[in-house]
Amino acid sequence: MRNKSTEETELIARIVAGEKELFHELIRPYERMVYLTVFSIVKNEADAEDGVQEAVISAYRHLGSFRAEAKFSTWLTTIAINEGRKRLRKAKDAAEDSIDEPTDGQEGDYTPAPLTDWREIPLEALERKELREALRRAVAGLPDIYRQVFTLRDLEELNIEETAEALGLNPGVVKVRLHRARILLQKQLVPFLKTAVPARRRFFGRAL
Amino acid sequence: MKLDCKHVWERISEYIDGSVDAQLREDIERHLEHCEICSAILDSTRNILILTADDRTFELPVGYSERLHERLAKEIESSGKDLKKE
Repeated sequence: MRNKSTEETELIARIVAGEKELFHELIRPYERMVYLTVFSIVKNEADAEDGVQEAVISAYRHLGSFRAEAKFSTWLTTIAINEGRKRLRKAKDAAEDSIDEPTDGQEGDYTPAPLTDWREIPLEALERKELREALRRAVAGLPDIYRQVFTLRDLEELNIEETAEALGLNPGVVKVRLHRARILLQKQLVPFLKTAVPARRRFFGRAL
Repeated sequence: MKLDCKHVWERISEYIDGSVDAQLREDIERHLEHCEICSAILDSTRNILILTADDRTFELPVGYSERLHERLAKEIESSGKDLKKE
């Protein structure tokens, strides 16, 4: 049976054999993924876009060295990460800034925010623009090591192993970082979720 | 095993991903049945992930795709006959 990856492998073979224009088609399904990956590292739109162009061109130039046993999406993500990191290093060198990333130690509070006045967020609340905006800000504000794992796993929906491979981490570290990223976001977004959802009035009417 | 809330919070991410073993899953589900706080934390975390995966939350810059393909077209046009091999 033909599946997506078989078609992709054939497409790659044709490009390498000389039908270079087909590279446009190969890359199209991954445009969003590559952008979000680079953006998660460089954190600004203009740099991310330049970085994507460099990463995609690099993928094009090196397509001949791509091995079919690998997954194209993971290979491409790795190139995108390297490009993002290269840009970040340049920017940091320019600013003579030190790299002050948190480590995977136990410091920090990774306890979720408890909620008591609602059970579920209705779908209408998730449709609210304010909530999306709050989420974007919260993700942008995550420490780098958590944001990168979160982006690959929860935005781009890579699995734990693919995320680990792309970032050069072991899967256990990916799981810890992912858990912390999600809890940090949950904590930050609870106030927005609460205002998005009217508090239940179940305590009214009780004898006080 | 009877779990307390803190244990549930520690495993919430793996529970959402379906990567806890059957026994732990059962213990967590039993806890969720009677714990409104943990249920709400689980719901809110799940909803954040739904919102994250929604394409409208993280949008691409306007014209991003066009600019990318334009640059790529130039590269393809100017590139040599063979793509690099290792």
